Amino acid sequence: MDDLVAEFLAETNESIEQLDNDLVNLEQNPNDKDLLSKIFRLMHTIKGTCGFLDLPRLAKVAHHAENVLGRFRDGDLEVTPEYVTLIFESIDTIKFILGEIEMNGTEPDTDSSALINKLDAVYEGRAVSTAPAPAPTEQEDQAPENEDTNKQEPPSVAPEPQPEEAESAAEDSAAKTTSANAQTSNQTLRVNVDVLENLMTMVSELVLTRNQLLQILRMQGETEFSAPLQRLNHVVSDLQEGVMQTRMQPIGNAWSKLPRIIRDLSMELNKKVDLQMIGQDTELDRQVLELIKDPLTHMVRNSADHGIENPAARRAAGKPETGKVVLNAYHEGGHIIIEISDDGKGLAIDKIKAKILSNGLANAEELDGMTPQQIQQFIFKAGFSTAEKVTSVSGRGVGMDVVRTNIEKIGGSIALHSEEGKGSTFTIKIPLTLAIVSALIVESAGERFAIPQLSVRELVMASAHGDTRIEMVGGAPVFRLRDHLLPLVTLSDILKINSEDTAQNEKKHRYIIVTQVGNYTFGIIVDRVFDTEEIVVKPVSKILRDIDLFAGNTILGDGSVIMILDPNGLARATGEIDTSKSKAAATAAEAMQNEGASKDKISLLLFSAGGKAPKAVPLSLVSRLENIKMNTVEYANEQMLVQYRGALMPLIPFNAQTAIEGAAEKPVLVFTDKKMAMGILVDKIIDITQDHVDIQVEGAAPGLMGSAIIQGKATDVVDVGHFLNSVNKEWYKDHDDTPYGSAKDAVSQSKRHILLVDDSPFFRNMLTPLLKVAGYDVTTLDSPIDALALCESGAAFDLIVSDIEMPEMDGFEFARQVKTGSNWQNTPMVALTSHATPQDIDRGAQVGFEKYIAKFDRDTLLDTVSQTLADNLPANMPTQGEAS
Amino acid sequence: MSADTAFDMPANNENAPQHDFLTITIADQTFGIPVLQVQDVLREQRVTRVPLAPPEVEGSLNLRGRIVTAINMRKRLGLPPRVKQPGEKDMSVVVEHDGELFSLLIDTVGDVLSLPRSEYQSNPATLDPVWLAVSSGIYRLERKLLVVLDVPKLLGAV
Repeated sequence: MDDLVAEFLAETNESIEQLDNDLVNLEQNPNDKDLLSKIFRLMHTIKGTCGFLDLPRLAKVAHHAENVLGRFRDGDLEVTPEYVTLIFESIDTIKFILGEIEMNGTEPDTDSSALINKLDAVYEGRAVSTAPAPAPTEQEDQAPENEDTNKQEPPSVAPEPQPEEAESAAEDSAAKTTSANAQTSNQTLRVNVDVLENLMTMVSELVLTRNQLLQILRMQGETEFSAPLQRLNHVVSDLQEGVMQTRMQPIGNAWSKLPRIIRDLSMELNKKVDLQMIGQDTELDRQVLELIKDPLTHMVRNSADHGIENPAARRAAGKPETGKVVLNAYHEGGHIIIEISDDGKGLAIDKIKAKILSNGLANAEELDGMTPQQIQQFIFKAGFSTAEKVTSVSGRGVGMDVVRTNIEKIGGSIALHSEEGKGSTFTIKIPLTLAIVSALIVESAGERFAIPQLSVRELVMASAHGDTRIEMVGGAPVFRLRDHLLPLVTLSDILKINSEDTAQNEKKHRYIIVTQVGNYTFGIIVDRVFDTEEIVVKPVSKILRDIDLFAGNTILGDGSVIMILDPNGLARATGEIDTSKSKAAATAAEAMQNEGASKDKISLLLFSAGGKAPKAVPLSLVSRLENIKMNTVEYANEQMLVQYRGALMPLIPFNAQTAIEGAAEKPVLVFTDKKMAMGILVDKIIDITQDHVDIQVEGAAPGLMGSAIIQGKATDVVDVGHFLNSVNKEWYKDHDDTPYGSAKDAVSQSKRHILLVDDSPFFRNMLTPLLKVAGYDVTTLDSPIDALALCESGAAFDLIVSDIEMPEMDGFEFARQVKTGSNWQNTPMVALTSHATPQDIDRGAQVGFEKYIAKFDRDTLLDTVSQTLADNLPANMPTQGEAS
Repeated sequence: MSADTAFDMPANNENAPQHDFLTITIADQTFGIPVLQVQDVLREQRVTRVPLAPPEVEGSLNLRGRIVTAINMRKRLGLPPRVKQPGEKDMSVVVEHDGELFSLLIDTVGDVLSLPRSEYQSNPATLDPVWLAVSSGIYRLERKLLVVLDVPKLLGAV
């Protein structure tokens, strides 16, 4: 059975049990609103999940039952025992169907139309009297019948060949039904993740204590504690393994969405792609799993989008029309290895070179000295996308650099092997778990440090003379390791802890720790190497967090504190990876993950286009970044146009200074909305950053909102609306002549303060920049309860925008509480919802929402916000209202 | 700064007539730390150096399984390093700030004093700016002055 379905069954069985009790309670307390909403929500969830899992019958029953419950909830249908019976019937039917799914893996062929008719009758309020009395008996009669027919169905599938066996199989399956039922619901236990985390922390501490005891034991020699301590040692190891096991999940969970993504992708791009997944059962820590989900999806998309050619090109290259993308996961040592390979066109070295040159990442001379492998590594740098055609699926310019950053964040590494014309293979190596790591203890200048074993390839002892000596090239130490020249760094130099007493070269023996980060291998010179120890990584104190050479600290077996070196930080310190770039990538990664951590900051794309000051535009408004060859630009009606994804896209230079003449290629910011797209030609994309946007000088030139300090530099903040409007007046047809981006009136009116309440971080992150760009101050909260607390504390807002469906308190209740005598009773409120039926809108109006708008309609949202604020001016700000 | 804000410390009730302080000395100057903020008093400990750390960070040490960051108070206050007489050892006072433990390296630890509020006064304006930034006022004792260390201010700015 599908894992998803099994999980759904376990979960639904659990909640249905509870539903029985809840309904009985409801019958006794028909006016309990909380209970009603709870039942309603549960039915809604079942319906929703069924739709997702393709269980139409179940979905249908749940849907009709939800309708009736909806009327209960809205209070226009009284809760009577008859109706409750009807709901019970629906639940019985749901249970029955669930049972069938559990047994056969498919929905039964029974007809639930009788029940559905009754539910509809109640819902539509017709023929109410016919519903109650005959209902239970009829249904009860029907249900067992169905069960009978169903139980006989399995044998009827294959009765001819082996009737007897089939019969016994049927008996077996009947017998198994009960045990299977019991299995799915009883043999798994849902445990709060916090409990497991806590358990893990305690085991970690136990491991530390064990290590300490063993250390003491080693110094004591043979004592009577030896035997029991050895036993303790084993038990703790087993315990550690056991607890780790509870956190393990098969990697298939992270892959479950990929087949669909690949399917959609091949349809869209007219390619034939076959996705093979090997090793789905490979287990890894759930924390790690969560963190690699997005990078993996991104990479598989990349392989299908950029890697696999279209069928014609494949035929021409003598390959089968259907391209292959293979995902392979397996354990190796303490790592999980995930390979993503495709048999597509591979990385085109020439194109990468051209791109490197045009982006100024390296010059031609430097490139000539590089191996193809080194050149390929550039795809991991920030702002690098080689796709000629930027598609809707990939090519936003934030690509592999984000993937690399995300993987490195969890102590993993990514390697790339590509052969032009034959395909590419990405190999991701990640640790099994993040909590306890094995580390090598080394000494340099009298201090001890831990290096995570995962990145250590090998240890080499270098002597002062002979073959295994460290040689100097222009002051830089190198070492001949087999057929390679290994770049070296001295740990004490990087850490600036040189002790004066020992002249470095005098030492007879030095140790080289050959370390690998991604494809980059380098050696770290240390004075001594001790043994390895299992350590628990603890975060360093806040005041030491800026030092990126340390991944954390820990307490060793002998009780001393030791710093854990971060191989990625060391690699950066050796200069191989450009630090500033990877920082930008990290910021972009955060932006991508929609993390709510930096609430007040928004992601900005920085670019240059004439003039000295860099320009900034909110990243969320930009659909894609693209490089357009100037010779593909056409002119029509004095308007620059380019053929883009099958349509003509208008292009406008950012300003008159943007040099168009003579340039071969220009970066373009593409903005899309609905079916329309337009591009702004700029000179250079600089960076992606996160910052507060506090416009300090209002824009004098058209197209600029004003200037703000971003990354410590005066930066022009671009008024996107101006450009959109200049190309197409239709763009904001609901806005008269004022596009939402032109914040002039908003700014001049002293910023209006909006409170946004939404439990979904996604929408909070989407709407906040939108409102900010439109010139409002925005405060976001994830729960109405917090909002009410804020209200109590005396905060004041000009407008409240609230979601409706929220877990602790819904938007209706929130509005009711705000509007009945709170400090905010005169503050206008706008409801934001993903489903807006006429009843809901009525209800919203009753509790005090001025407007009711759909979540995805950003134009209407901005329009409504400015309209509502304007309407309410006299009430809230009398002086300004009169003045205007 | 007014006297009122100086008393707005978590450990002390503003209206209480007496406040308890652990007295410590650094370079012959007496300081007081509100006694409720003190977690531990330690003898000289083995401290692991942290390379590249800010100069006042002496290193990290292990206090019953928790990692504590050691702050050298002399460096923090801009005082010269201590010249130890034979047998003299550094002491440290462990305080908690923002969920982390810090050990303040000082010269000696004295008694716990209960001081009347009447003896309190805010910092003289002429005090060294570094000292002004870490102290919340001064008590007039019989023969000497006691400078009250404001732990959040002291560690917040490190």
